[in-house]
Amino acid sequence: MNIRHHLSDELLVGFASGTLEEGWRLAVATHLALCPNCRARLTLMEDAAGELFESISPVPIEVSSFDRLKQRIRNGERNRSASPRQPTEAVKMVSPPTIPEPLRTYLGGDLADLKWKSLGRGAYHIPIKLADRSTTARLLRIPAGKPVPEHSHGGRELTLVLRGSFHDGELLFARGDIEEADASVEHQPVATPGQDCICLAVTDAPLRFSSWFMRLLQPVLRI
Amino acid sequence: MIQEAEGIVTGAMETILAISATAGPDIPFVRPEHESLVELGRYKKRGRMIEPAGELTNDEACSLLEAVGRDGDIQSFETLFRYYGPRVKAYMARLTRDPNIAEELMQEVMITVWNKAGQFEATRGNAGTWIFTIARNLRIDAYRKNRRPDFDVNDPAFVPDDTKSAENALADRQDATRLKDAMKDLPQEQIQLLTLSFFDDCSHSKIATKLNLPLGTVKSRIRLAFARLRAALEDGK
Ligand SMILES: [Zn+2]
Repeated sequence: MNIRHHLSDELLVGFASGTLEEGWRLAVATHLALCPNCRARLTLMEDAAGELFESISPVPIEVSSFDRLKQRIRNGERNRSASPRQPTEAVKMVSPPTIPEPLRTYLGGDLADLKWKSLGRGAYHIPIKLADRSTTARLLRIPAGKPVPEHSHGGRELTLVLRGSFHDGELLFARGDIEEADASVEHQPVATPGQDCICLAVTDAPLRFSSWFMRLLQPVLRI
Repeated sequence: MIQEAEGIVTGAMETILAISATAGPDIPFVRPEHESLVELGRYKKRGRMIEPAGELTNDEACSLLEAVGRDGDIQSFETLFRYYGPRVKAYMARLTRDPNIAEELMQEVMITVWNKAGQFEATRGNAGTWIFTIARNLRIDAYRKNRRPDFDVNDPAFVPDDTKSAENALADRQDATRLKDAMKDLPQEQIQLLTLSFFDDCSHSKIATKLNLPLGTVKSRIRLAFARLRAALEDGK
């Protein structure tokens, strides 16, 4: 795979430090599953954080603290995983899933298992349930070759391509590519002809209809 | 004293979650020097203190973790605890002023270290990073109610690294040493931004407000810091 559009430092730092809200984190984690490049950057950040952690000023601990810990160990919170984790041996499946984890679990299955909801004119979506309500996430299927009217965003938006591709101006976004857009971005994405484009889209909640796919669908839905 | 301590254990994570929910994740925590002394005084009244171990090299820490994972060796675990326990607690204390919560979260981290030590060797060569990652995940789970989606290296749809897998643990440990040196050379202003990002849960924009810097400056300093670290690692190859 040849990923051209990667995560910003800010998103990666947010992932590494744990400050990202669930929806953004879902998109970032799913990109990371597909992108060794960003995982290497993440590793560097985590190692740097680990180094900072080594040099943190230690806080005193009571002697009884370790006694308690030993008690817990004795009480059966025992060393469960004495055997090392098996190194990843990529299971050669006839066809590996198109949608990687963690997104697949959120959707409850791979492409073939999905129950798309029609939005008319060949477009479909699946809203994704998040525990955190500050973002909205959905899987989208944009009909092949559909142009999208030019627009700007009301908020932040992450779009991760999972199948097919779209053009935004000169830029091509294909599987694994992630587009980060905010209110200042004007763009005109067009799904590439030949194949419907399936992507994960995360926006600030409540859903802003200014995001490009909703703009596309607004006339259809009359919203 | 022991009873007092055990009173704290009751309810463990539930209590932490309940208390931390009211404490909230956004408490600005700028710890003045004297505050840790006050805290130290409070602890002195409650029980004998463990002197935080001052030195533990990465190689030593790796061997200790391996001994815990392979043999369930409690003495090795105690040595790790003396070094990392006080550091994990300090990390937890950055988001809460309540030492009991910091203590409980530290206990959870160390029991997880005990439980998962067997997985250490196969993952990465840096013991501090490994323990820090456990601490960070537990902290996220304690302070954030929502789920923590993560990629899964065992997922058949996961795209594996092309080069990294060929490297051995020794190379990773050499990287750890090089990174340690590179971190020492980072300008203080960059270290400060990394600390705010990783320990104090600050977003770029929050840091900008806090330090009264333009957002662009925050972004470029952070980018610069990682570029330097990356360059230092690549120089060594
Ligand atoms: Zn990437």
